[in-house]
Amino acid sequence: MANVGRNTPVRKFDAVVVGAGGAGLRAALQLSEAGLKCAVLSKVFPTRSHTVAAQGGVGASLGNMGEDNWNWHMYDTVKGSDWLGDQDAIEFMVRTAPEVVIELEHFGMPFDRNEDGTIYQRPFGGHSMNFGEKPVQRSCCAADRTGHAMLHALYQRNVRANTQFFVEWMALDLIRDPSGQVLGVTALEMETGEVMVFHARATLFATGGAGRIYTSTTNAFINTGDGLGMAARAGIPLEDMEFWQFHPTGVAGAGVLITEGVRGEGGYLLNKNGERFMERYAPNLKDLASRDVVSRAMATEIKEGRGAGKEGDCVLLKLDHLGAEVIDKRLPGIREIAKKFANVDPVKDPIPVVPTVHYQMGGIPTNYHGEVVVPKNGNANSVVPGFYAAGECGCASVHGANRLGTNSLTDLLVFGKASGDSIIRFLKENPGLKDLPKDAGDRSLSRLARLESQTNGESYAEVAKDMRRTMQMHCGVFRFPDTLAEGVKKIREISDRVTRTEIKDKSKVFNTARIEALELDNLIEVARATMVSADARTESRGAHDRSDHHERDDVNWLKHTLWYKEGDRLDYKPVNLKPLTAESIEPKVRTY
Amino acid sequence: MDVVEFNRLRWNCRRGLLENDLVLEKFLERHAESLDDVHLAALNKLLELDDNSLWALLSGRTEYPEGSGSEIYEILALLRAC
Ligand SMILES: Cc1cc2nc3c(=O)[nH]c(=O)nc-3n(C[C@H](O)[C@H](O)[C@H](O)COP(=O)(O)OP(=O)(O)OC[C@H]3O[C@@H](n4cnc5c(N)ncnc54)[C@H](O)[C@@H]3O)c2cc1C
Repeated sequence: MANVGRNTPVRKFDAVVVGAGGAGLRAALQLSEAGLKCAVLSKVFPTRSHTVAAQGGVGASLGNMGEDNWNWHMYDTVKGSDWLGDQDAIEFMVRTAPEVVIELEHFGMPFDRNEDGTIYQRPFGGHSMNFGEKPVQRSCCAADRTGHAMLHALYQRNVRANTQFFVEWMALDLIRDPSGQVLGVTALEMETGEVMVFHARATLFATGGAGRIYTSTTNAFINTGDGLGMAARAGIPLEDMEFWQFHPTGVAGAGVLITEGVRGEGGYLLNKNGERFMERYAPNLKDLASRDVVSRAMATEIKEGRGAGKEGDCVLLKLDHLGAEVIDKRLPGIREIAKKFANVDPVKDPIPVVPTVHYQMGGIPTNYHGEVVVPKNGNANSVVPGFYAAGECGCASVHGANRLGTNSLTDLLVFGKASGDSIIRFLKENPGLKDLPKDAGDRSLSRLARLESQTNGESYAEVAKDMRRTMQMHCGVFRFPDTLAEGVKKIREISDRVTRTEIKDKSKVFNTARIEALELDNLIEVARATMVSADARTESRGAHDRSDHHERDDVNWLKHTLWYKEGDRLDYKPVNLKPLTAESIEPKVRTY
Repeated sequence: MDVVEFNRLRWNCRRGLLENDLVLEKFLERHAESLDDVHLAALNKLLELDDNSLWALLSGRTEYPEGSGSEIYEILALLRAC
């Protein structure tokens, strides 16, 4: 049995970073290099974090392939976000992007190069020159291993800087004192089953996404939204959770991602009649239009009976015309994925693909310094002292209602570093470590005690399956008011069932059943936040299309959703349309 | 394999790439119960690889270097069939 006594061990740090993906490692590096005592917790070995999956690249207007500048990148990002992104944060991100990419190059990241030695950049969906005129080459990559190379470069650098890693430790809950200040986390060591308190002057969440709330997703099993669950349980609202990006090209049935790079190199989509349908939906950028536009177009083709495959429930990604040589050289690995999960060789036959849940635009609300902000005393963005979030679990919000490809790696580098800098500032201004509240470990210990003693409960795996199925059926690309309302009812029922899950295996060492049951506690918060927020938003913006309100509604809905766990309460706050120095990009109709 | 060994193996099969997750999940379902110590050790050796190298092997894009014990190649063949 887990240690549920009052004598939970405590360790003290200047900063504790939960998550060792790109965001967590970038932030930790900033902290350790500043000489701070920094702990990084991760459920898996750092270089096995999901960032390893990123292939397409990291976006920055280096202009190595021709003219480019941050103003264009900013325009693309704001437009991509369907105007829900905060323009101060977006300006900050696109202006800082070149600097953090060059920094990474200096950390030893093996980027692909041009003949003149500069970083090679490839085109990517939604990125354009001259405010939407034509595609631009902005994505910096390291063959098909961009994320992998990034994690390795950052991990090595952290080891050198003496970051203390706690690998196979699962953070369980956030610790806040009565004033609301954050003072660390409780965490479970998988190897021993013991709980420990990480008492810290500053706490950063970099726990990544939560795609596993859906059945069909490109996300690895580890993406269970733990940071969001912990934040929600501690009374922090979650922002814009109704916005999930559906990647246009997940392999039908398996979810595995076919990178946008395929379309960047000249692949395109066909319906069952062999028509290149994107020409109708996005005459300029065609198959390279923003992801939400392509996904909605695909969903429309399928809905209107032009889907391919036996069931007419997918479309086809054609790339045979590129030739085996280009495919093998520029798009290595695509053939193997297609063969393994779709049973086709793309050198000869097209790959069946469907829009697949890929990225969570919403998350823990922050400003562009990575500080977590919540409404308090009339201020919509009041800083929660000691609490930071970066990467996919944070919402700055740069992606708004739809993220552009390659902007997530940009996001995690820029805001990983910025949150590290904010923590350094905060620690200077606030010396000393506040005392832990008496109930510091209580929430986690009672969750564990409940799991230990539960009898006649349901299997967590069954409940998780029902949750995924419900999200998939009730909250996809196309959303209908009646199915959403029903979805809210169902997900609340499932949420009740989660409080009664039972594990048969009560062993202490490496009890994966216990870990997965604890993960489900987090997933269900994300699922509820998503469904409740989606049900309330009566407009179509970015990633989704609502059947009773097909248009974007800036009069009523140009605002961020904030969902609170307590009572499923919703609140809203304005979108910041005012950049730091640039001129505001006013909302207009999106065409590509 | 005792419970702890199995649990450890299962967690080791949690990877950064969905491709690997899917293959390993199937593998555990089909073969975990019949794994002997030698093959378990071979599997754990493969799992030490980084995710991209592992997937390259599982998908047949690369081969495991020659000269190791036969159990590695046997496990690999089972994995590739999943
Ligand atoms: C297949 C795929 C391809 C992609 N390609 C691109 C691309 O080309 N370009 C791009 O910009 N974006 C891409 N993305 C998106 C991008 O990869 C992710 O958004 C990004 O890597 C997330 O990084 P992160 O650091 O926020 O989190 P992750 O890399 O997901 O790391 C999360 C970390 O948190 C840890 N963790 C989680 N919960 C806990 C807990 N309770 N206790 C302790 N530790 C915990 C995990 O162990 C892990 O270390 C892609 C996504 C996918 C799925």
